[in-house]
Amino acid sequence: MPSFPPFILASFRIVLSILVTMIGLLFVTFFIGRVMPIDPVLSVVGESASLETYNAAYKALGLDQPLFVQFFYFLVDVARGDFGVSLLTARPVSQDLIRVFPATVELATVGTVIGVVLGVPLGVIAAVKRDSWIDQIARVVALVGYSMPVFWIGLIGLLIFYGILGWIGGPGRLDIFYVDMIPSVTGMILVDSLIAGDMSIFWNAVSHIALPAGLLAYYSLAYISRMTRSFMLEQLSQEYITTARVKGLSEHAVVWRHALGNVKVPLVTVIALSYASLLEGSVLTETIFSWPGIGLYITTALLSADMSAVLGGTIVVGLVFVCLNILADLLYKYFDPRAQ
Amino acid sequence: MKPIRNLLLGATAIAIALTMTPAMAKTPDNMLVIANRIDDITTLDPAESFEFAGSDYSRNVYGKLVNFDPLNLPAGYQPDLATSWTVSGDGKTITFKMRPGVKFHSGNPVTAEDAVYSLQRAVKLNKTPAFILTQFGFSAENAEQTIKLIDEMTFSITTDNKYATSFVLNCLTSTIGGIVDKKTVMANEVKGDMGNSWLKTHSAGSGAYKLVSWKPSESLTLTANPEFYLGAPKMERVIVRHISESATQRLLLEKGDIDVARNLNPQDVAGASASSDIAIDSDLRGRLMYFSLNQKDKILSNPKVVMAFKYLADYKGMQNSFLKGQYTVHQAFLPKTYLGAIDDKPYSLNVAKAKALLAEAGYGDGFDVNIIVRKAQERIEIAQSLQNSFAKVGIKATLTVGTGKQTLSKYRSRDFQVYVGAWGPDYPDPNTNAATFAVNVDNSDAAKATGQLAWRNGWSIPEMSKATKAAVQEGDRDKRAAMYEAIQREHQKTSPFVEMFQKIEQTGRRSNVKNLNIGAAITAVSYWPVTK
Repeated sequence: MPSFPPFILASFRIVLSILVTMIGLLFVTFFIGRVMPIDPVLSVVGESASLETYNAAYKALGLDQPLFVQFFYFLVDVARGDFGVSLLTARPVSQDLIRVFPATVELATVGTVIGVVLGVPLGVIAAVKRDSWIDQIARVVALVGYSMPVFWIGLIGLLIFYGILGWIGGPGRLDIFYVDMIPSVTGMILVDSLIAGDMSIFWNAVSHIALPAGLLAYYSLAYISRMTRSFMLEQLSQEYITTARVKGLSEHAVVWRHALGNVKVPLVTVIALSYASLLEGSVLTETIFSWPGIGLYITTALLSADMSAVLGGTIVVGLVFVCLNILADLLYKYFDPRAQ
Repeated sequence: MKPIRNLLLGATAIAIALTMTPAMAKTPDNMLVIANRIDDITTLDPAESFEFAGSDYSRNVYGKLVNFDPLNLPAGYQPDLATSWTVSGDGKTITFKMRPGVKFHSGNPVTAEDAVYSLQRAVKLNKTPAFILTQFGFSAENAEQTIKLIDEMTFSITTDNKYATSFVLNCLTSTIGGIVDKKTVMANEVKGDMGNSWLKTHSAGSGAYKLVSWKPSESLTLTANPEFYLGAPKMERVIVRHISESATQRLLLEKGDIDVARNLNPQDVAGASASSDIAIDSDLRGRLMYFSLNQKDKILSNPKVVMAFKYLADYKGMQNSFLKGQYTVHQAFLPKTYLGAIDDKPYSLNVAKAKALLAEAGYGDGFDVNIIVRKAQERIEIAQSLQNSFAKVGIKATLTVGTGKQTLSKYRSRDFQVYVGAWGPDYPDPNTNAATFAVNVDNSDAAKATGQLAWRNGWSIPEMSKATKAAVQEGDRDKRAAMYEAIQREHQKTSPFVEMFQKIEQTGRRSNVKNLNIGAAITAVSYWPVTK
């Protein structure tokens, strides 16, 4: 039996797990899409089409073929990098995804960064000062974050910060006269404007992303701070913490270096998952802020049975999950000396 | 606690940065920014487009042979890319003369060849709106013979029967009548699709505006055509942004970040109209609301009972309560602004009169009846209002609420008593509604004329059908209008349809925006006359 270096074997295992996950995901999405009581033909031709027009479109969509044949053809196309053409936008799905996904990435990344920067310290402090007023406030903040409906808090936020105070930009990614003024390189306006060196567009983009990203950050902050708190509580009751304290280490070093150092490992997984769930796109946030992201794209497509678009979007979201999982695994090894 | 201090510092820095961003400027003077729901656009090809936002686009990008003047809609169709037309003696052939000197956005001249190509193309592609043309007998097979080039600036179309010229020309004002640039479109043909897949996302017209970009469910950007034959439009750029929330549209309008909000709900209209910077326009649209009585039912087919029902709808009450700002009372089958539309409102809620009519018919104590209604808020509210007013004369009505598909299939199979429905016209000619409300030649179940509302209600009208068909052939526009007026007055008296409301649409605009015409019931929005 020929022996491969472990590095190749590991890569092979990763690729295989991605492939299996993706095919399973596509299989389920495809068949759910086909049994849904929505007629994709109607979204192409409209309600008042003649029977001839309807039948022509039915055939053109390949719906006269058996389901498994349709699925097979679909897989062949995907393997060739062809996700098909969206019924709703009349464009290749890959082109649509290149347009909508960066918008979501931008929003989710800013949201997650704020969520982590604020959420982790909040969780740590809440754990250290357990049952103090600061812990109570952290708890209320988190609970409110969990339970407030985004469409409400989003609209109120717009009303106050945009409508009354005028501190931030309104819905959309940019003010209307800045739209299309810089070349799209990454599709993320914050990055593109820096590349183009146009600071006025950058600051305009910041003023537009502040509120929606702030809202997403609030939700991930709520989750991350709760998880950090419980991880920290677990660590702080360990014997090595007592030992460290007995050895005369400062409380600061005990909490932030020793306890938090050990919390890093599970925390990475929590943050990765929370980031991944933001990358799926948030339909309500995207609707209220007219943010053309992937959540809205997939949902609209699903409601009109635009299966090419739904499946294309699913592939992207699936890949994101798989990749973030792998990344979390790698970071795990990096942070945990035992796993190296 | 160092981290906390750093955090506070960071947060303050962000807050200061945000406050320091420049104050929101108003939209530029040469730019019109509109908030609208544009996620119904799935194609920009005029031969395929059949949705509201798509018609808005096409009206501004594509010239047509004849078109409506946005500042004078009641005048009916006017010469556009065709300057004149003559009709042959048998009324079947119309010969068009094209307007000289007009250019497409590409710089190519607009010729008869482009017009012939555009119409043949629409017929051959046979997409959803193709019926608007094929109802005149054009088909993929005969298109070459029936739509014929005569010389560079002249061509003719020949229909299968004699039709009123106004009928044919009205249909040519709809989106499918858009004239495309043959050379540009054919240069982008793929696998014999006559440029369909290219034109879905590009423009090749001669209208006031050309397409800059269409980002689905995000924005549609147009730029003015400086060589537009009616003069360069004042608004050099028009941006339609997809904003689906009414409350968000209102905020943007109040801040002056948009000039026009197309989808304000009644609450937001009421809120926004308080500002002196904002004006609210109410425009009539084509959609009608009615209820109808199945004439296969023994009681409901009694003419006195039918008449009684017409006095049993609280028209004004509904208009002024839950339909406020969305529907206005209208009691005829042609929407106002259509050729031949009438504004007569002979009926109002009159319980005493209804009671007397029922007593004459022998139903003084009332009876039981079932109303089927689709699960949509305004329709259910209408049905409940009817239920209340029916109860005042002892008619006990039960409601059956179903999905659109369920109620429609009952309606189409004539398996109902009372139906609460809505009807929207398909093209800008009176025949679109007359052919369904006022034609039913064979009332047998076997006829299965499910496309005709009169048949669905089991209403046999040989005489009125004849009158409607005669109106389709009347060559004189004014005479034809008079014929429809007469048919509607008769229809008001005898039909089992109780027409109640016509849709109105409220548009919020900054008060400096002038001459914005939404298109009423017959056409779409026009950007070229707009000034700020």
